[in-house]
Amino acid sequence: MRRVVITGLGMVSPLGADVDTTWQRILEGRSGASRISTFEVDDLPCQIACTVPRGDGSDGTFDADRFMEPKEQRKVDDFIVFAVAAAQQALDDAGWHPETYDEQIRSGVMIGSGIGGLGGIVDAAYVLRDKGPRRISPFFIPGRLINLASGHVSIRHGLRGPNHSVVTACSTGSHAIGDASRLIMLGDADVMVAGGAESPVCRISVAGFSACRALSTGFNDRPTEGSRPYDRDRDGFVMGEGAGVVVLEELEHALRAARRSMPKSSATACRATPTTSPPPPRTATAPTAA
Amino acid sequence: MSDIAERVKKIVIDNLGADPEKVTMEASFIEDLGADSLDTVELVMAFEEEFGCEIPDDAADTIQTVGDAVNYLTKATA
Repeated sequence: MRRVVITGLGMVSPLGADVDTTWQRILEGRSGASRISTFEVDDLPCQIACTVPRGDGSDGTFDADRFMEPKEQRKVDDFIVFAVAAAQQALDDAGWHPETYDEQIRSGVMIGSGIGGLGGIVDAAYVLRDKGPRRISPFFIPGRLINLASGHVSIRHGLRGPNHSVVTACSTGSHAIGDASRLIMLGDADVMVAGGAESPVCRISVAGFSACRALSTGFNDRPTEGSRPYDRDRDGFVMGEGAGVVVLEELEHALRAARRSMPKSSATACRATPTTSPPPPRTATAPTAA
Repeated sequence: MSDIAERVKKIVIDNLGADPEKVTMEASFIEDLGADSLDTVELVMAFEEEFGCEIPDDAADTIQTVGDAVNYLTKATA
């Protein structure tokens, strides 16, 4: 069986717009939760969420313009923007920028999303109701489709191999990494860009998850204390947004590629190390057990 | 440049993120300004919104350049 290793990481999270910042702030025990300020929440049972800090890129803020032209951002929901940004980071981290057709056809993408562009669907529904069908944008559908996170990453980086996406709620990202690993094991691809992306923080989403009693409601006055899995006082989850993407490679492919320049961060233990020998430790092959 | 041409030019620059220098009357949305086919659909919708008119699909298909849009809208709003 072909072995799979992780050679690149990318992340946009409520704690920071890159892997290193996010990891550092996790180690510091910081929370990404805060009171929702982008829409009316006074009549919602849950009023807190973890949102990506937008900004100019300084101090871990997310500057989408660094990853996607403003004109392209307008056409898609944020989960696609987050996916594009995290994938760019991961591919840069891995140093994998396929140029030949043979390299491109062996490189694929599998980035999933649990719920996709819910906010954009709501906005379009209002346009349909208030202005009629002729005012629905031609980008309404392609900007909301879950598989277009993978699609945009494929287009931007010339990844012509398998292009899939996963929709399995909270385990979407993990399943994507597992399934993408199996594509490499089975020989369908040598490299897969895999992970999950989400931008569900909108009024209908909070209302819907509240209605099925899934969200934390007892910490509206203490947002950073709301997410407490396994705790005696837990009372639901705290919704978040962002994207996490890894580059998976077939082991021999990664070792051959070790000659290429690979900028390395030191953010995680779950990283393949093709620039070193002996072979990567077991943690580096975690996807094989996913 | 006429008022209509100025308004068309502004919409093209905003929608396509085009370099204002390149938005000439002769400029083709797809060939010169980087639009794809869906961009041109949205562009026509923006013209309809700005000028308060309805541009039928067969007419929209003939609007390929900035000048085409200006000419069509000049007649449509006359």
